[in-house]
Amino acid sequence: MLTIAPAVRSESLAAFLKADLRKDLLRFTTAGSVDDGKSTLIGRLLHDAKAVYEDQVVSVQKSKINRSGGAFDFSLLTDGLRAEREQGITIDVAYRYFSTARRKFIIADTPGHEQYTRNMATGASTADLAIILVDATKGLLTQTHRHAYIASLLGIPWVLAAINKMDLVDYREDVFLRLQRDFLSLASQLGVPSVQCIPISALAGDNVVSASENMPWYAGPTLLEHLETVDFRQTHALDAVRFPIQYVIRPDFRFRGFAGQLASGSLRSGDALVALPSGQETRVKAIVGFDGNWEQTFAPQSITVQLENEIDLSRGDMLVSPSNLPAVSRSFSATVVWLHADPLLCGKPLLLKQTTRLVKARIPRILHRVNVNTLEHEPAERLEMNGIAEVEVETNQPLFLDPYTTSRATGSFILLDPLSNATVGAGMVRETYIADDASPEERDSASVEAELREVAAQERHRRHGHKPGVVLLGNRIGLAKSLERALFHAGFEVVVVNGSGVDSPVLAGFLTSLYAAGLLVVCANLSLHPEALTGIPRETIFDQASLTGTVNSDTETNETQVIRDALNFAEKLRLAPELQAGQKGSVK
Amino acid sequence: MTFSGLQPPQQTLPASSNNGSPNERPYNSGSQRIDGAEMGRSIPSLALGTKLRPGHAVTGELSSAGFHNNETLSPEVSEAPPSWGLERRLGHLATLEAESIFILREAAAEFSRPVMLYSIGKDSSVMLRLAQKAFYPGKIPFPLLHIDTSYKFPEMIEFRDSYTREIGAELIVHQNREALEQGANPFVLGTQRCCGLLKTKALLDALAAGGFNAAFGGARRDEEKSRAKERIYSFRDSQGQWDPKNQRPELWNLFNSRIEKSESIRVFPLSNWTELDVWLYIHAENIPIVPLYYARERQAVVRNGSIVLIYSPDELLPGEKVQWIKCRMRSLGCVPCTGAIRSEADTVPKIIEEMISFRRSERENRAIDHDEEGSMELKKREGYF
Repeated sequence: MLTIAPAVRSESLAAFLKADLRKDLLRFTTAGSVDDGKSTLIGRLLHDAKAVYEDQVVSVQKSKINRSGGAFDFSLLTDGLRAEREQGITIDVAYRYFSTARRKFIIADTPGHEQYTRNMATGASTADLAIILVDATKGLLTQTHRHAYIASLLGIPWVLAAINKMDLVDYREDVFLRLQRDFLSLASQLGVPSVQCIPISALAGDNVVSASENMPWYAGPTLLEHLETVDFRQTHALDAVRFPIQYVIRPDFRFRGFAGQLASGSLRSGDALVALPSGQETRVKAIVGFDGNWEQTFAPQSITVQLENEIDLSRGDMLVSPSNLPAVSRSFSATVVWLHADPLLCGKPLLLKQTTRLVKARIPRILHRVNVNTLEHEPAERLEMNGIAEVEVETNQPLFLDPYTTSRATGSFILLDPLSNATVGAGMVRETYIADDASPEERDSASVEAELREVAAQERHRRHGHKPGVVLLGNRIGLAKSLERALFHAGFEVVVVNGSGVDSPVLAGFLTSLYAAGLLVVCANLSLHPEALTGIPRETIFDQASLTGTVNSDTETNETQVIRDALNFAEKLRLAPELQAGQKGSVK
Repeated sequence: MTFSGLQPPQQTLPASSNNGSPNERPYNSGSQRIDGAEMGRSIPSLALGTKLRPGHAVTGELSSAGFHNNETLSPEVSEAPPSWGLERRLGHLATLEAESIFILREAAAEFSRPVMLYSIGKDSSVMLRLAQKAFYPGKIPFPLLHIDTSYKFPEMIEFRDSYTREIGAELIVHQNREALEQGANPFVLGTQRCCGLLKTKALLDALAAGGFNAAFGGARRDEEKSRAKERIYSFRDSQGQWDPKNQRPELWNLFNSRIEKSESIRVFPLSNWTELDVWLYIHAENIPIVPLYYARERQAVVRNGSIVLIYSPDELLPGEKVQWIKCRMRSLGCVPCTGAIRSEADTVPKIIEEMISFRRSERENRAIDHDEEGSMELKKREGYF
């Protein structure tokens, strides 16, 4: 019964090696409940695809456990840990590997019962395709809705509905057609782009690897054929460059390389890029590799880039296409899956990791919770483990974001508890900005009392994340605009005042008002001196004239230097993260 | 080695010395460098350092080539310029390589004291090459740590010392001297307790001594069932222990590196590689490996059904007689507990051929996994790698 030998011997070894190096890699996840026969399906798939070793088969034959009702319990090929074997269920995500002549596969095998939504989300997060098991004797259950919803939520482009246990419904076509119709309707409701339904029996082996003789009415592919041939590349993947800086390689003073995994787009030497958050422009000088420089690279390769000019760039920053920028935002909406036994509470300090960036964050409010069984929206004050909700997120530093539907890599984040260090949530960005059009009372009714008192300067500072300051640029209004952009990108509340022709005392009074509002003010005026700003501490004023001594030289030569100096100055105004974490109200 | 279209025009295809026999394979000699960092800048021909032997495949099918692009560089396609656009996608090895390099860089960036567990085996060799690539042209920014039980094959130690010296890596070797002085060995203690003292305890001691809070390991999820659920960042408590029920969820490639002072993370960059992937990569990248992996006539005895290499007459049990057996190691461990297999595979392609026709998983020849059902899981809970 059990012969295991890949059919590669007939080919020449050379041809095999050559072909193998050309194979691509499909990652898929499987969802189903204890009774759906999911472990049996995977065991059957691995076994029939000759991906199981003989000693593993012998170990299953020798095992005291056989829950299958058949001669051989295929599910034991995949169940791993002691606790699971004792309970007879799969309790975590298990990864399996197999390959066929056409493709290599990674299976993220996840349990499907309710309390383990988080495991399914974990397996789905890296999957290109999801197999959802439907028991033909039972039809679509609430868990089927949940599985399909999580697959669509995690952005899996392909869903394969395996209508299992066809042997128990006498291999009837009408049963399959009815379930197929039901599933397609569910999938279109969820916006799943591509769906394939296949009638199978995992236990008997029908349509898993080889075509079933019991269902001659079915003309479609077997499950394995579909996995081997599906074109899983995302057709509408983001084209623009997103290159989060992961590591700066600096072996000596002559070489400075920025290393990371290209999240989207492609790069070749000479390409123009914008660095975030600084907004500085640059070009690719070389893409450096161990085996020689690369002419062109593309996502998801891990690369090292040298730039043509020296700019400020470190881990957590991002290089992006100038023609298509991500949102630079500290306030956005997202769908969050809660992963931890301690529930999500609004306003609690959290840490957020997105790309290579780790920032302080909080969830000021839950917009609604999603009932994963009915898909209905419910109001919620908190979110329990395995709960899914749409929320608002605020961070103390700007993130460089794309909606998750556009880019999985720059639209996903995890939430960590700063005290326990646990991974407590996973999020997918929806709206990259939140418009601040609601009144403070609407936003946070609990703080009405506080709002009645006079607003203290510290409250403003906490909201903005920085103390106010003034940047005096002489008459360089053009430079003021570039600097405004750079500071805005860096997360500052910044405003530019064109003070040309305004008398110093009038201008000073105006700047002092803006300063009192907590803003970072960039002012272009030839004659205004810091001494005229009597109400403003000198250490919060940046005067480029005092640095360069060339007030009138409106040349580009030192523009970069002035912007860099001004950014450094502004960084000193930023509040320590722990002071910002407790902030109330939303951040513009 | 070559990635057609992705490489500058001056890139040439280096010879695949994997086709040579292991005895001729200069893993620690200067000529090997043609495969590594010195190669590929602008050396225009194969004449520098690599001898061409009759039948040696340079441009033929056996040459290692092209896993970075679906279109490999082979004679029939190399003249056509690569086409981009819709055809951009990575082959499976390039996908795995990119993921592993990401993991290595991420942990190196986020932990103050990382270290790489270096076992000298084929997986370690691949992990080491990936680390070289991840930080090129810089050096690997963390030391390598070898836990030496003193029962390792002499060829392993020789390879370890020469190869790490050649690539300029920092190497730390640690032994549980106390246990060794008390005569710890697997015959008396049994493999479970012997491993506990000479590997697990030695490892935990070495990590504590170095203040290491992140340790890279070459373990793969396909090796054994309890490893299938292992995270890429595997959290260990202050005792270095693993709790399979209390692992952090791991979504996308967003890893949680937050730990308290006494805690640590084991990082597994090769989690998603299979044994075949490892061999294909060794082939494609020309990565030097310990010669024990290649079949040749070796002095051995057959003990309890497995082939045990014999280095001195002291190792013989009463009644045993040494014989010459053509064999090789499928995985490398300690001499008493790692059996060889009968084999004719004396090159990497032949090893791959043998492997894909194998009917048994690679750890089967290791005594430690078979002491009791689920024994690997028990060891891992205690802190075994």
